[in-house]
Amino acid sequence: MKLSYEWLSEYLDLNIEPKDLAEKIERTAVEVDSVKRLDYKLKKIVVGHTLEVEMHPDSDHLHIVQVDVGEEEPIQIVCGAPNIAADQDVIVAMHGSRIKDNVKIKRSKMRGVPSNGMICALQEIGFDDAVVPKDYVDGIYVFPADSGVEPGDSVMEALGMDDDVIDTDITPNRGDMFSMNGNATEIGAILNEDVTFESIVPSDSDQSDQDSNEQISVKVSDPVFAPVYKMKVINNLTVEDSPFWLQKRLMKAGIRPINNLVDVTNYIMLKYGQPLHAFDYDQLPEKTITVDKAGENVKFTTLDGEERDLRADDLLIKSGDVPVALAGVMGGMDSEISDGTKTVALEAAIFDPILVRKTARYHVLHSEAATRFERGIDFSSIDNALDEAATMMAQLGNGQISQNTVVGNEVIPEEKQIKISLVRINKVLGTELSADEVGDIFDRLGFEYDLDEVNGNFNVVAPLRRWDISIEADLLEEIARIYGYDNLPSTLPVGPTTIGSLTDTQKIIRDSRTTLEGLGLNQAMSYGLTTIDKARHFIMADGETVKVDWPMTKDHEALRMSLISGLLDDIAYNEARSVDNIALYEQGRVFKKAGDNVQPTEIEHIAGAITGSLIDSSWINKDEKVDFYQMKGVVDQYLQNLNLNGAVQYRATDQYPEMHPGRTANIFIDDQYIGFVGQVHPETQKAYKISETYVFELNLSTLIAQPKVRQHYEMISKFPSISRDMALLVDEDVTNQNILDVINSSKQKFLVNINLFDVYNGSHLPSGKKSLGYQLTYQDSKATLQEEVVNQEFESLVEQLKTELGVTIR
Amino acid sequence: MSLEDQLRDLEQKSLKDIKETVDLSKLNEVRVNLLGKKGPITEVLRGMRELSKEERPKVGSFANEVRDNLTETIEKRRSELEQAHLERKLKRESIDVTLPGKPVAQGNPHVIQQIIDNIEDLFLGMGYQVVEGPEVETDRYNFEMMNLPKDHPARDMQDTFYITDEILMRSQTSPVQARTMEKHDFSKGPLKMISPGVVYRRDTDDATHSHQFHQIEGLVIDKHITMGDLKGTLETLAQELFGDRFEVRLRPSYFPFTEPSVEADVTCFNCMGEGCKVCKYTGWIEVLGAGMVHPNVLKMAGVDPEVYGGFAFGLGPDRFAMLRYGVDDIRNFYLNDVRFLSQFNKRG
Ligand SMILES: [Zn+2]
Repeated sequence: MKLSYEWLSEYLDLNIEPKDLAEKIERTAVEVDSVKRLDYKLKKIVVGHTLEVEMHPDSDHLHIVQVDVGEEEPIQIVCGAPNIAADQDVIVAMHGSRIKDNVKIKRSKMRGVPSNGMICALQEIGFDDAVVPKDYVDGIYVFPADSGVEPGDSVMEALGMDDDVIDTDITPNRGDMFSMNGNATEIGAILNEDVTFESIVPSDSDQSDQDSNEQISVKVSDPVFAPVYKMKVINNLTVEDSPFWLQKRLMKAGIRPINNLVDVTNYIMLKYGQPLHAFDYDQLPEKTITVDKAGENVKFTTLDGEERDLRADDLLIKSGDVPVALAGVMGGMDSEISDGTKTVALEAAIFDPILVRKTARYHVLHSEAATRFERGIDFSSIDNALDEAATMMAQLGNGQISQNTVVGNEVIPEEKQIKISLVRINKVLGTELSADEVGDIFDRLGFEYDLDEVNGNFNVVAPLRRWDISIEADLLEEIARIYGYDNLPSTLPVGPTTIGSLTDTQKIIRDSRTTLEGLGLNQAMSYGLTTIDKARHFIMADGETVKVDWPMTKDHEALRMSLISGLLDDIAYNEARSVDNIALYEQGRVFKKAGDNVQPTEIEHIAGAITGSLIDSSWINKDEKVDFYQMKGVVDQYLQNLNLNGAVQYRATDQYPEMHPGRTANIFIDDQYIGFVGQVHPETQKAYKISETYVFELNLSTLIAQPKVRQHYEMISKFPSISRDMALLVDEDVTNQNILDVINSSKQKFLVNINLFDVYNGSHLPSGKKSLGYQLTYQDSKATLQEEVVNQEFESLVEQLKTELGVTIR
Repeated sequence: MSLEDQLRDLEQKSLKDIKETVDLSKLNEVRVNLLGKKGPITEVLRGMRELSKEERPKVGSFANEVRDNLTETIEKRRSELEQAHLERKLKRESIDVTLPGKPVAQGNPHVIQQIIDNIEDLFLGMGYQVVEGPEVETDRYNFEMMNLPKDHPARDMQDTFYITDEILMRSQTSPVQARTMEKHDFSKGPLKMISPGVVYRRDTDDATHSHQFHQIEGLVIDKHITMGDLKGTLETLAQELFGDRFEVRLRPSYFPFTEPSVEADVTCFNCMGEGCKVCKYTGWIEVLGAGMVHPNVLKMAGVDPEVYGGFAFGLGPDRFAMLRYGVDDIRNFYLNDVRFLSQFNKRG
């Protein structure tokens, strides 16, 4: 809310700079967005009185104006505003002045005619378009007669622009800070100062003999809709502009002056926080008012001119059967105050905050009134607000208020009584406050209380204006903030010792990240929500995709079922920016539907993607493009670090439509499927707009659950080892795994290591054949191995390879 | 010529030969020729048989003297030649040490991960546990257990991705706290936890908004936890993350799940409190929200608010990273530009 320092000063003796006051408000109550003066950087802008206005000889819209600016001679200004006329008090930016955005105004010639300044619109000196009176939106501003301005007066002073406006950002619990009265009370508590409120009292001439109750009747169909609903009728009114002081206050608060009647409702809303609505009594089709829900298929034109299809639950004010207002949100076009309005039915009500909020939200009508109803209204000030508004209307519109108030409903809640003990206060806040200090804080806040001096128990009465205070914790907050958070001690929790350590799962996940980073992959974080198509790419286990109900965009509509898809998006982003060597990994969740109205299954995955070279080329090493075996090496090393009990196996697969059918392997730990590694299918690469890319994705949850080897020290053999090399000529379709399977199945007692050192399928081999070279290492941990023993083992192995795979030894 | 004269001549001549030898293999030849079985010294010694008994030991010892001298000289020369050879070899092997080293592969943790790990480590050290929970939550845990019933106005503050009426993308990591509180056995001691993770909001992505970001929330529940403990904990956190010179100030705020609720500002790291554009000339930057756990939240999780109480706090690592490193667009964190990611490879 925009708080005028000048207006606040009416209630409080403010001996504090506006900036300092703002800081106090921020540290004790609510956040402050800004402290601004409208005259910031404005210079040499004065009131001018137009003497003569004549057409510019060479223009169809420019006028040559002689203006009295309080100097000995009038000055001449060329002005293009359509509403310029003689005998107006206007805003004149003199030669050398500064207007909005620090723009400098200089003497000039306009189509040959000298112009010694500029006659300004309100927007040109910094007012927001939305607060400028309608008559002056498209032209220059003209001071009203009651402004009492004289030529040469400072415009900034005349318009009250020299006032500081503190703009607060109010939290949902502080509805009381949406009124000047509430702010004055709060600031009084903060500064420990007394507050004085004044209200306008009706005189005899403001009263009419008529009785409101005979003019109109009111019914609230369910008391829950509007705990309070009241009306007053004001007769014989004349609609005209509000007095200058009132217009200025509204503009500073961010509200556009309309006319005396509407302005009063807004002014009283700002003062008391109580939204009011003025109906043109004569335009109400029937003089019976009902507060009720809209029901099915109702259309209603709000005063902004828009016809709206109402929700059945929207709360309406009806005149007879005709809707005349969206309760608490916006009035209707047909019963709006117009220039011809003579009689006003003035509504002061408290509507159900939830109903108002839903209506405001659905129709996107977050009006000042709706905001206040949503945050809560002070039940104790509604009568004052209604009375003062009626009086002001009568006085400003030369009308008379009918006797009595029409009451449709009036359910005022009880003030809440809350118990709190001094011991409890100090225990929770960590303070050492005395009962006197606490009592003083309650006094400042205007909370009444009883204190049991013996045991330090307070019984506090929360005033109705502070509807947010209902439990002990609320009082603790009040005490803490008025006492000052800066004054709280700084301690750390004491109590029984707890052990802080990561779980095994968390440790494995952290280690996984470290390993992959050590292997050259950068950690990526991609979006969990993606397109429906991409969500289903590279999926490891079938399942239904989870979609959000009301996505913001098609790009983030479904929950990912693999991580690779996101990594490929990342690669595309990099390649589009000419980054060619990209190595990324991601660790995170994938999702699949587990049933209706149940949470989806979330599985931890880890995936990597490399394109280009893992290691940058340089003067010393050539560009070495990533290939299947490099990616497999990364996966191998990672799995090795996990210290799995089971054996890692790779089996060729063509099951993934997004993967190269001849360059992809499923990965198993013993027979447990854990993921895959391979090259992205060329078609998929094209679709993602990426180059040749190798990827892997593993189910980390399954990996974490796999049994791990219990590490123990293995004695390093003191005895020498013996190696044997063999070059096997085999059919091209015999795989390394086929050969390893034979070796592992043969009874090799002392074989400790197998190293594939050569793969050759060059031209001088018979066609359809390839050659694989293995080095076998034999060792006995307890004795020196005899050549004959090794020879025996080796020979029997070779024989087995010959029989089972038809190998030839080269 | 006497034997002694012959030896003397031989010695003089050989010493000269040795000094003139510049080649290791030549030197070896000289040694074999001079000192071998068929060499001149052996030859001379053979002539000793013709000498008298008195002269033999004298000539013999002189001959040995000559042989020792020659042997020593040869060895000395060999060492000289070897040294020179080595020096020439090393000289030939010299390289340009200013050429760049051979590149190796090295990846980095994501900058947000670094901040999360940093905070986790701090709190692990203070006896907290790290707890994770589902990213897709129920309305009950995400909102209702956090004292945000269905029609609560504060629900508007965080527009949520719903999947069904009851299932949603979590908009905060607080549901993890509710789940942990429910399960915690308070007879075994206090609950001290932090919950890091991804959260989702229905926001249009732009420089300062992201529909996905990270949160870390902390929770301590015990019998004697004070608001002073909250203040001290937040100061410790700020100083761990930013440095000792940083101060924390608390301001009133509103969260449905805490009462009192505060927002915590930290000294602006750009201007150290002087006031600048980053901190909107206040000298402070808002970094986290916190408060004393609302009794309703305790009750709903089955914890007696008459006996137990505590504090909770929450912060956004994305925002931290933006402030700490001057990142001006939150989308950078999720686009994974390698040039962006690899900037954060220096510790500290
Ligand atoms: Zn700053």
